Amino acid sequence: MSEKKVMLGNEAIARGAYEAGVKVSSAYPGTPSTEISENIVKYPEIYAEWAPNEAVALETAIGASISGVRAIASMKHVGVNVASDPLYSISYIGVNGGLVLVAADDPGLYSSQNEQDTRRVARAAIVPVLEPSDSQEAKDFVKEAFDISEKFDTPVIIRTTTRLAHSQTVVELNDRLEIQDKEYVRDIVKNVMMPGNAKKRHLVVEQRMKDLAEYGNTAAINRVEMGSEIGFITQGIEYQYVKEACPEASVLKLGMVNPLPEKLIRDFASKVKTLYIFEELEPVIEEQVRAWGIPCYGKDIFTIQGEYSANMIRERVLKQELAIEEPADVPARPPILCPGCPHRSTFFVLKKLGIHACGDIGCYTLGAVAPLSVIDTTVCMGASIAMLHGMEKAKGKEYIKNWVAVIGDSTFMHTGIASLENMSYNQSTGTVIIMDNSTTGMTGHQDHAATGKTLMGETVPAISIYHMCKAMNIEHVVEVDAFDTKEMERVIKEETKRDALSVIIACAPCALLKGQKFPYRVREISEKCKKCGACLKPGCPAITKNPDGTVHVDVTMCNGCGLCTQLCHFGALEKYEKEAK
Amino acid sequence: MVTKNIMIVGVGGQGTLLTSRILGGIMTDAGYEVKLSEVHGMAQRGGSVVTYVRYGDKVAEPIVEEGQVDVLIAFERLEALRYAHFLKKDGVIIANDQRIDPMPVVMGAQEYPKDILENLQKKHKIYSIDAMAKAKELGNSRVFNNVVLGMAAKHMQFSKEEWLKIIEKTVPPKTIEINKQAFLAGYEN
Repeated sequence: MSEKKVMLGNEAIARGAYEAGVKVSSAYPGTPSTEISENIVKYPEIYAEWAPNEAVALETAIGASISGVRAIASMKHVGVNVASDPLYSISYIGVNGGLVLVAADDPGLYSSQNEQDTRRVARAAIVPVLEPSDSQEAKDFVKEAFDISEKFDTPVIIRTTTRLAHSQTVVELNDRLEIQDKEYVRDIVKNVMMPGNAKKRHLVVEQRMKDLAEYGNTAAINRVEMGSEIGFITQGIEYQYVKEACPEASVLKLGMVNPLPEKLIRDFASKVKTLYIFEELEPVIEEQVRAWGIPCYGKDIFTIQGEYSANMIRERVLKQELAIEEPADVPARPPILCPGCPHRSTFFVLKKLGIHACGDIGCYTLGAVAPLSVIDTTVCMGASIAMLHGMEKAKGKEYIKNWVAVIGDSTFMHTGIASLENMSYNQSTGTVIIMDNSTTGMTGHQDHAATGKTLMGETVPAISIYHMCKAMNIEHVVEVDAFDTKEMERVIKEETKRDALSVIIACAPCALLKGQKFPYRVREISEKCKKCGACLKPGCPAITKNPDGTVHVDVTMCNGCGLCTQLCHFGALEKYEKEAK
Repeated sequence: MVTKNIMIVGVGGQGTLLTSRILGGIMTDAGYEVKLSEVHGMAQRGGSVVTYVRYGDKVAEPIVEEGQVDVLIAFERLEALRYAHFLKKDGVIIANDQRIDPMPVVMGAQEYPKDILENLQKKHKIYSIDAMAKAKELGNSRVFNNVVLGMAAKHMQFSKEEWLKIIEKTVPPKTIEINKQAFLAGYEN
């Protein structure tokens, strides 16, 4: 079979998992890693699931590996932080069936809260890292990673970046390898990490990295392409920028970016006149190369923040004058909540009441920006609830009466549960709003335990967020329709005033959720419009101002949620049934 | 063949990904090496979105950089202006004559630039169409992106039949007919 297909980097990783004979895949969605699982699930040979968070995903893959099959866990870079607890210890234990963790970094911050570099994490956890440069390599490196994993008895990280994950390039497809399940053998010295055992394993792990570095000196995954006197050591998507700008240069393309192959690097450096280390984000290769006493250029001429490009090389290495025009000075177009988004309605009420919010990770992070401007903090998954608790313990219960924590349903299920447990256990009195839109919205609608559907499409009993809160001894748990602004206002006032912990579940499905029906639209009745601008306050993109100050509803964008009709006191906005017109 | 660079810009939710998939499909079927780069995640929520499509005998980077675009397909006027500096000297703009106000404009903090297409015309070759109106005439405003693609298709070397074939292969079966009509409305405009 030699079929060729244009594939997203993430789609190719999924294909790689299939071809490598993977049997178990667990993940939590996160841009730019989400499509890996969404494609793995298309192969019925692999059991694939959404886990509640990345730690559980990795631990699930570890269990599968120890039992003797090939397993994969995928997540975004910050998800690796959540999974770091198992990661640091499975490094000591090693594997039975091959174990691969795919970590998707986000240089340029397209959809993340930081720009951390997984290579740093891997060095700390003492785990090898492979990094592909296009979709073909993405697929091939998954198979390579499983071979390395089993040969060197180690978990292997495949690091990708947004640009690689979300670019489509040609991939040659192969058949699935038939990998025999390995037998499980009880070995507590290797598999039970208590001090006496871990001491021994630590030495094994250090030796393993030396062996891997030696392997990297000659392995085909690290490739030298000799050309001119200008030399680049590069990796990942950056390799493509080097080839684009400077195809004649000498290149050491590292496929294994941790550990680094010292002999190979020294040899390459000795053959070129000027050496450039071309790596996005942290100077991981550069620091090592400098530590070996090899002169090079790196972060002194290339940036530490953001994505790289061919033009960066043209300007800073080749010293070309690029005739690039200045971009036009135009209004920015930041991302916004969609028309019909239930979060807008809840935020609007909070804004009206002058309440501050500890925010969390999801579409609703957009509640921080104008015109809603309700969210004051966003740190990481689940932090909203714990931060509200910390504020109360610091400044007292009166202080937080005009604060709430806001968190989405998926994020609540991810790490919010433990924080709410803490509020209940340690007797906080704050108000938590769970914005339940029945999905993981920002990453493109993935299910979780509270939606009642699995990644593989099974319908299962949904875990009730309401009853979970009740089981935590929280007396005041109120469910409110997110679009009912009057009721929402009443409940928020009541619950924030109360000297007891309360949870408000603001319910209404995401406007983009598949199968969502929008029977209504809204139209303006211009004669009645008093140009007061009340309907514009929540910042719905479907409503704009006409030159004369009256408003206009763009019917192609409107989802008919009717929030604006609740705000107009003059009857100038009217909800109507779409079919009736 | 020298690598050709296409850039599709628009507002998140307008369906730029479908257009890039059709483009990628026709180029792959014609035997070129193709690389596409897309934006997913938060930026898709009503933000300014960019998709790059490159094809040729050999393609290295999957992105298109400033000053290199042969065809800039803009689904919205302001986005055409925002990315016009990506054009090559002889590059063309295919613009959907539609206005979507970004939040700073909705809030009255900034003004939507006036006469965008007229001003762009002074410097660039530009072809524009009210694709939304055409799509509504056909009975489905959502196929406007294929009207725009139809216009852009005239600036690429593939035949009408090849385009229709790839549309048939790419769009959901139920919508093949209307998508073809939309394409032709742009192509024969």
